[in-house]
Amino acid sequence: MSVMEQDSAGAPARASLLNDPKVRGIFFQVVLIAVLVFVGYNIVSNTAANLERQNIASGWGFLENTAGFGIIQSLASYSETSSYGQALFVGFLNTLLVAIVGIFIATIVGFVVGIARLSDNWVISRLAYCYVELIRNVPLLLQIFFWYFAVLRAVPGKREKWSFFFDSFHLNIAGFRGPKPIWQDGASLIGIALIIAIVACIVIAQWARKRQESTGQQFPVFWTAVGLIIGLPLIMYFVTGMPMHLEHPVFVDTGPRIRQGFQLNVGFNLIPEFLALTAALSIYTASFIAEIVRAGIQAVSHGQTEAAHALGLRQSPTLRLVIIPQAMRVIIPPLTSQYLNLTKNSSLAVAIAFPDLVSVGGTVLNQTGQAIEIIGIWMAIYLTLSLVTSAFMNWYNQRMALVER
Amino acid sequence: MSKKILPLVLGAAMGVAATTAASATTLEDVKAKGFIQCGVSQGLPGFSNPDAQGNWTGLDVDLCRAMAAAVFGDASAVKFTPLSAKERFTALQSGEVDVLSRNTTWTMSRDTKLGLNFAGVNYYDGQGFMVRKDLGVTSALELSGASVCTNTGTTTELNVADYFRANNMPYEIVAFEKADEVVAAYDAGRCDVYTTDASGLYAQRLKLTNPGDHMVLSEIISKEPLGPVVRQGDDEWFNVAKWTLNAMINAEELGVSSANVDDMKSSDNPSIKRMLGVEGAYGEGIGLSNDWAYNVIKNVGNYEESFNANVGPDTPLGISRGVNALWSDGGFLYAPPVR
Repeated sequence: MSVMEQDSAGAPARASLLNDPKVRGIFFQVVLIAVLVFVGYNIVSNTAANLERQNIASGWGFLENTAGFGIIQSLASYSETSSYGQALFVGFLNTLLVAIVGIFIATIVGFVVGIARLSDNWVISRLAYCYVELIRNVPLLLQIFFWYFAVLRAVPGKREKWSFFFDSFHLNIAGFRGPKPIWQDGASLIGIALIIAIVACIVIAQWARKRQESTGQQFPVFWTAVGLIIGLPLIMYFVTGMPMHLEHPVFVDTGPRIRQGFQLNVGFNLIPEFLALTAALSIYTASFIAEIVRAGIQAVSHGQTEAAHALGLRQSPTLRLVIIPQAMRVIIPPLTSQYLNLTKNSSLAVAIAFPDLVSVGGTVLNQTGQAIEIIGIWMAIYLTLSLVTSAFMNWYNQRMALVER
Repeated sequence: MSKKILPLVLGAAMGVAATTAASATTLEDVKAKGFIQCGVSQGLPGFSNPDAQGNWTGLDVDLCRAMAAAVFGDASAVKFTPLSAKERFTALQSGEVDVLSRNTTWTMSRDTKLGLNFAGVNYYDGQGFMVRKDLGVTSALELSGASVCTNTGTTTELNVADYFRANNMPYEIVAFEKADEVVAAYDAGRCDVYTTDASGLYAQRLKLTNPGDHMVLSEIISKEPLGPVVRQGDDEWFNVAKWTLNAMINAEELGVSSANVDDMKSSDNPSIKRMLGVEGAYGEGIGLSNDWAYNVIKNVGNYEESFNANVGPDTPLGISRGVNALWSDGGFLYAPPVR
């Protein structure tokens, strides 16, 4: 580069185009793009030609064909007569469910353990330390197997049960069962009441902040919000005449042995595959989140705490208003990676028969033989999920970032 | 920078172009590399299962060894690739294995849509159900409301859905990727029923904690003709697979076994003479030496020997010949003559 610049600078007249670094730069970039396009085109056309030559079916038409297999858990309506496309959608929803529930639990457990790790209480901090070191150093797949095969054997068999909470929740090898709410006419009003409550909370929070900024008076936003979100739907529930009844799971312990145990499709059931996967994923990811939280809190210098105390803030507001907002700036970027990891790790579900996207997609792949299309769908969906998570966390990070003046 | 990248990229592009040009026939490829790459299961006793020393044995394994004997005169010129049900077709399509001999059911969609050819049937199977004896179930029609464990990516998953739907019985399907996990989950009591091909049920039952506590119900709910699979559009290799299997069946029918094959060479029966390559030049037609069938029988044995050694009544699986007997004994096995 430097040599070429000297050359062009040294020449009084316009140098040859060949030696112009700008022109050469553009030329090579054009060549590079042309080659990339050529390679891409070659790969696609080659694949298409080879599939054609080997008589392997291709295209997207298979998505509308009848799937013909059953899926143990579906959030959308699905039966054996549904299409492959619907089967994949059911798998996608199951992945989404595991990811959301997993992220939720992992965040709570992670924050609790991370803070416990910094506790002055020796027992608590040691326990948190052991948790982190034990969990994050054992491969995730082994943990999933542990939760599924080892823990599963410890719970009662299909024809027995453990019951909790006045006999309304039950656990056995076929899953965790509880009453299922069945909504009747007028139930939508309760949903509307909930939405109104949430909107009201946002409005109140904004009003309270403005008032505090202008007058210094504080308003108990948190407790108002709790009251509104619980109270308003509850009032609506009674006003509309309690339009809900609970469908309890039915446990049969007489008659032919094959029919004994909980009856299918009655009441609410979390299948053991879901429980094992969610437990393994959230506990594993929580150990990483705990370390991130600890690092974040320790990154805030002790002077900040002292300064806050000097201003007369007590321990709780110090943590809430001074330490955590600053720690969050350090915590959020690596936390995002953990969320993405959890989402992608959920594909290990296939090992324990949880019908997630990869598991269902694998079945579809095998029934139709259309590997390229299915793998394309997998990649597109995981990429989209990850990008959406990333985008959300980046937005949140920007909000939490230090505003420099 | 760009100067260094350019040749690399161009090279890669030409590499892509080059891969399409190279497409010798599978038989030529196999002869050139000196062994057959055979796709088998991840461990199904009696069909394809590695022993403690890592040697593969089984009915499906014998077929691959027989093909190696036909091509090279050496039954050990085989390398085995364990494949899950899900991976198997892609592995064959992509050329990772030369032949798939992995208790694979011959169905229309697999034969026509996957770019594959089934070279025959080496075991006539059907899907069955295994349950715990203490459930007191005697018929599959009593399984209403049961949870059923099986493998993903198999015909069994579809058959069980059809069966329960046709009989209007609710059920719950728990489908695992690997057979070992199905066994573990069924053994733990997660499911009431384990369903797969009946032969597979007998084989997997051996892996349970107390095999004696479980029984296979008499109902067979599907047709599962299992056989070796090769890529479509390579007739030469297709012929090798097809005729290796036919040779094993014909040998049993003609009473030729690995023990007496040398004596049989001097037999007066022209059918035996033609098969063993004493008369005629039938090896030419499939691109092999004339003693191809002799090598198969000498090194691996006829169908009966393979059946009895791997799945027959004297093995832990204890499966009787049943429909897998020769046509002349009332079974389905029937091979076209060498003529």
